[in-house]
Amino acid sequence: MTDGLALWGAVVLPFGLLLVATTAASLSAALGSAAAGRAVPVRTVLQPVQEAARLLVVRRRRTQHPDALLWRLGGGTLFVTAVLAAAVVPIGDAPVLRSEVGVVWFNAAETLLWAALWLTGWGGNSVAGLIGGYRFLAQALAYELPMMLALITAALGAGSLDVVQVAAAQEDLWFVVWMPVAFVVFLVAALALSFWGPFSQPAGSDAAGGVLAELSGVDRLVVLVGRYAWLAAAAGMSVPLFLGGGAGPLLPSWLWWLAKTLAVLAALVWVRWRWPVVRVDRFEEIAWVVLLPAIVVQALVVSLVVI
Amino acid sequence: MELVLAVAFGIVAVAAAVAVFVVDSMARATYALLVSFLAVAAELVLLGSAYLGVLTVLMMTVEMAVMGVFMIMYMMNPAGLMPMSMVHNKRGALSIAIGTFVVLGAGALLVPWPSRTGEPPAELTRALGFSLMGEHMLAMIVIGVALLATMISAVLLATDRGRYDRYGDELERDTPRDPVAGGVGR
Repeated sequence: MTDGLALWGAVVLPFGLLLVATTAASLSAALGSAAAGRAVPVRTVLQPVQEAARLLVVRRRRTQHPDALLWRLGGGTLFVTAVLAAAVVPIGDAPVLRSEVGVVWFNAAETLLWAALWLTGWGGNSVAGLIGGYRFLAQALAYELPMMLALITAALGAGSLDVVQVAAAQEDLWFVVWMPVAFVVFLVAALALSFWGPFSQPAGSDAAGGVLAELSGVDRLVVLVGRYAWLAAAAGMSVPLFLGGGAGPLLPSWLWWLAKTLAVLAALVWVRWRWPVVRVDRFEEIAWVVLLPAIVVQALVVSLVVI
Repeated sequence: MELVLAVAFGIVAVAAAVAVFVVDSMARATYALLVSFLAVAAELVLLGSAYLGVLTVLMMTVEMAVMGVFMIMYMMNPAGLMPMSMVHNKRGALSIAIGTFVVLGAGALLVPWPSRTGEPPAELTRALGFSLMGEHMLAMIVIGVALLATMISAVLLATDRGRYDRYGDELERDTPRDPVAGGVGR
């Protein structure tokens, strides 16, 4: 077992993640236009880039007595933790950071979102933002345990917490085939942790934008980029966990990984424009009464098969 | 290199811990404490226990996030939004803190630590799992069930609504009457 950090990878990774995140944003812009019944000219895909440029130059709005330190810290944590999470995802065969506890590492990076989102909501000293922050904590209470069990189930099937070994264990049969519940739960959690689509109530328009309410200019850009980056990182992680990693005929393994990642990411983005928003209190019960028992049974089945 | 990092994280851990009592906002105190814990987790990773370190990050982050909610909820001033001092009973707290630090520090320096025999196992996490779960599996299972029972009892004691409130005195309702409806439609 070789643990270690690929230095060149650590330099390239944030930019790669940014690129995949931008792709997701472009796709979302295109799907959004289509969903609104507008024409979708090719230049729609540049919309996120234009928006980013606008946010970079626009002047920031101020709130009264913000806790600027915590506010910025919370916003910045999103992208940083997304990079940390993506570091253990094997791009093809090798991740940037090989660790024998990669699965738990990903989980730990994800839990930092609890702090990040609450701080983003708190820092602006605005009611709407604070409501959004509290909503995210409630949502996190709902998705966290099913998510942990989904990760554990995949690790259990491989008998290792090393993401590379989890991917390698699917040589004969992808985990999605005999752990479909875990795969679905992981995707639900991926949507919920990026407060995206059906789980976007923490940034809901019913609370004037929730955690995003008072964010403007570059602060808003940082949070939005972090959100897309997490969507991308979670999609990237689902491939080695459930979709056989870089396995596939003819093409090199990193290309297969990328293709599968983009497919999952496209599905996650598509969901946003198809499904209505689920209220956090409703999702709470769904998570604890439906998802949790389902994933526990899934873990039990996998344990029995492994034994 | 590792020594430099260890010292740096140690300084961060202590400085953040001091900040907990210096800052005047509940949110800052909570998250200063989290930074301190994260630095300790980094020390654990440096010591070679990646699993314990990463687990510390995971547990402490969630814990602090939830704790922050409760601390702010129960503050004397409105929602903890006003600046406030983080120290109470200064003399007592100070003497207890210094006393504890001296005892622990003296212990760390004075205890004759055994010198290492043998090598750490190749797969540390696996070895840790076996040493925790192998011989002590029964104890772990009992503790797990006891903790779960404690949590359920605590929630039951804390809630003011039982099944008779939800389903009626004779449990006659098919669907419960809840102040907030859940998502499953029961």
